[in-house]
Amino acid sequence: MSDDPILTVRDVQVSFPVGGLRKRDAILGVAGVSFDVRRGETFALVGESGSGKTTLARAVNGLQAISNGEITFEGQRIDGLDRKSMKPVRKRMSMMFQDPVGSLSPRMTVGDLVTEPFRIHGIEGRNLRDEAARLLSLVGLPTDFVSRFPHQLSGGQARRVGVARAIALDPALIIADEPTAGLDVSVQGEVLNLLNDLRERLGLAMMIITHNLHVVHHVADRTAVMYLGRFVEAGDTEEVFGAPRHPYTAALLSANPEPDPDKTHDRITLPAEVPSLLARPPGCEFHTRCPWAQPACSAKAPTPTQEGTRAVACHFPLEPGARPPTQSESAA
Amino acid sequence: MAELWRPIRKILREPLGALGLFLVVLVIFGAIFADLLTSFDPTRINPRDRFQGPSAAHLMGTDQLGRDLFARVLHGGRIALFVALVSTAASLVIGIVLGLIAGYGPRWLDNLMILLFDAMKSFPTVMLALALVTIMGPSLTAVMVVVILVTVPGYARIIRTQTIALKNSEYVTAAQSMGANPARILRVHILPNVIGPLVILASMDIPVVIGIEAGMSFLGLGVRPPTPSWGSMLNDGFTSIRDTAWIAIAGGIPIILTTLGFTFLGETLRDVFDPRLKGR
Amino acid sequence: MTTLAIDGLNVTFSTEDGPLHALKNVSFDVPENRIVGIVGESGCGKSTLINAILGLLADNGSIDSGSILFQGRDDLTKLGPAQMRDLRGPKISTVFQDPMGALNPVISVGQQMINIQYRSDISKQEKAQRAVDMLELVRIPDARAALARYPHQFSGGMKQRIAIAMALMMEPALLIADEPTTALDATLEVTTIELLKDLQQQIGCSVLFISHHLGVIAELCDDVVVMYAGEVVERGTVRQIFNDPRHPYTARLLECDPARQSERTRSLPTIPGEIPDLRARPRGCIFANRCHRVHDACAAPPPDHDVGDGHVARCFVANVPETVEATA
Repeated sequence: MSDDPILTVRDVQVSFPVGGLRKRDAILGVAGVSFDVRRGETFALVGESGSGKTTLARAVNGLQAISNGEITFEGQRIDGLDRKSMKPVRKRMSMMFQDPVGSLSPRMTVGDLVTEPFRIHGIEGRNLRDEAARLLSLVGLPTDFVSRFPHQLSGGQARRVGVARAIALDPALIIADEPTAGLDVSVQGEVLNLLNDLRERLGLAMMIITHNLHVVHHVADRTAVMYLGRFVEAGDTEEVFGAPRHPYTAALLSANPEPDPDKTHDRITLPAEVPSLLARPPGCEFHTRCPWAQPACSAKAPTPTQEGTRAVACHFPLEPGARPPTQSESAA
Repeated sequence: MAELWRPIRKILREPLGALGLFLVVLVIFGAIFADLLTSFDPTRINPRDRFQGPSAAHLMGTDQLGRDLFARVLHGGRIALFVALVSTAASLVIGIVLGLIAGYGPRWLDNLMILLFDAMKSFPTVMLALALVTIMGPSLTAVMVVVILVTVPGYARIIRTQTIALKNSEYVTAAQSMGANPARILRVHILPNVIGPLVILASMDIPVVIGIEAGMSFLGLGVRPPTPSWGSMLNDGFTSIRDTAWIAIAGGIPIILTTLGFTFLGETLRDVFDPRLKGR
Repeated sequence: MTTLAIDGLNVTFSTEDGPLHALKNVSFDVPENRIVGIVGESGCGKSTLINAILGLLADNGSIDSGSILFQGRDDLTKLGPAQMRDLRGPKISTVFQDPMGALNPVISVGQQMINIQYRSDISKQEKAQRAVDMLELVRIPDARAALARYPHQFSGGMKQRIAIAMALMMEPALLIADEPTTALDATLEVTTIELLKDLQQQIGCSVLFISHHLGVIAELCDDVVVMYAGEVVERGTVRQIFNDPRHPYTARLLECDPARQSERTRSLPTIPGEIPDLRARPRGCIFANRCHRVHDACAAPPPDHDVGDGHVARCFVANVPETVEATA
């Protein structure tokens, strides 16, 4: 791992038009996000549904146009490239999608699926059957799987096929959207271990998008937490998990049910529902649900402040072990 | 081989499917081996033998010009099957291409094509046939053009709807993210997944096409005499029904059996392979 | 009295490739006023079990033997379709992963909540009041106004809470909750399970809670049933199962949960191997091909071993905890 970033994202916004007739209205799915992914590291994007994490990943992969900002990959600006100019970039950056089986073309055999990147990029001079066998053995599947169809695979096997396809062209960056979604607990570990192992052996950088914090804790070097299309906190995974500074991060971490019946739950419950992107709250967008919210929070939006390796967008970052104030305290 | 047997066994398990398959095989067999099954030339006029009833020499008797009706039925089957298969295949190809373009292309093109399909569909078949025959003159080609114009819009719409549904599926997005161009996405990732139901529906349209061919030939808008066609035989039988009923029977029975056969087979195919289409 | 007593249940599906033995000798109880969790991974037979209880098995499925005794009286395997319809809803209600399965998108929430009280003799005003009370119970803000709204006007979490309110409206004896929180975000998931626990205590019903999420099961349930490949491999109280698992599958499954690993690790534990083909069940232990404690005896069918206090594991070595074996 080096500090040399392979991917640089600066102030990226993604807007979607809403409403039929008045097309001028737009909502911001991603509302200005900046981050780097360094060579060989695993970077995790965490957030709940509607936080914009998948939209951001698709924007990085060029599947979603951005309305503002810059994306630089291996020194080249890639935002706004057309399909043809983007094609060489796609050899260096591959993406895995949520549904392990649904992201595989149902009438293609495993052999055809894993060698599809070679055919798309017209890479000659390779024996595709040998390549299929090589890729399957890299992801730990028996080579006789080449003739199987996606519906004949279990979720874990289908996910391995997806991984094999993602590494086919020796990319420098893999974007994995919910790599453990739809997988049984006993299989999740297999897939994560495989990704980790490949990352080390092939020197890949990885960007993982997930809502599963337990997974992030084990695989990611750095983590960014998203809320309503913005980063509320980002930094080294161990630091963020060890002592969250943003109240939302703290609430997310405390909300994870743990498989221990004797554990006493000292939970930070979030009142109210997630606001609609159509009606973003003024000031700090988390203040409607924040147990620590102060009058200042609804007046002015916090700017992310850097403290060491960590950035936090909060007017009153939490001290380690902070507990939410009780009703009377916050009223006072 | 086992791959081929499995669907056939499934069809045979259904009584109507078995009957349909039997009838279809019978008609195809008759058409292919027409020359072996009878030594008569279906177009040779023999006025001395006109209006004969069934006999050992003429299995179904003869018509008003003394032509052997059995030979005309068998050779008429060739015409009927030729029209049905060729025009259905052509409709499929055209419908699939147009449907894929409408479904995957830009929104304005889709809207334009839908308008076109609907306009074509709203045209009554008989009027279309009359108009075309006025321009082209009665011929086998005219029949096939009518069939294609009538069936393509429906096929294209089915393909378009399914293409739109699959366009945002994860595996298509995955192909885009690998850098595949639209042609490849349509050919490799969408076409194989939309074609199955359409082929089943098209097989159910074959009896309709046979009906169109017979109807147009009956009206004198289709196959030109002396080429044998079930529809023109029906017309011959109709004009001379006072002399003998055999001509009308010989023309009518194969139409009924063939349409029933294809209908039963098509419906069984649908129920066995794509129960979702039931009720269409 | 036990609300639901399942005894020796066997369910088979006829498939083109031969009979598929989907549930094999499934036995467990859902005691009155308790929440029983069913844990298992894909292919373990959770859905088949629910459908068997509800009398909604697919046409090619059949109950070969066993009984499902409801409230000590009715054997659900023997009731006719009409009698089952009378039970479903007022006595046994369900909540599924997708709340839209229970909510009609074109009828207002209030009307739907009044409609399900059609058996009750009270006036329409009283029914509407009950609907408001239920919505307040599941913490829907401004409950009276919510009655006039349609399902799509609520967020995912609220829709699931409304579905729960509707399921509990007739105060059923048994609520079957099939992965009701799986589609929800973590912060909503915990509020929903806390709510479910509160409501269960207020109404005093039994709950059969199906989930693959071990953390949720640990937090919510009193008793746990662990299923694997159509068999109940272990059952007991939540503490017995989570603190002292006796079936190797349970032990392995618990280890696999990344939440169980408090120390950061780059190599997560897994259970190698695949679930066996249920059309060709092995004669012996169903878990033998993936078990790290497998030995010669496992080629024979393992007994349901009671290790004390109702803690039962279908395993030959259930009386030897793994920690003891490791230190020996």
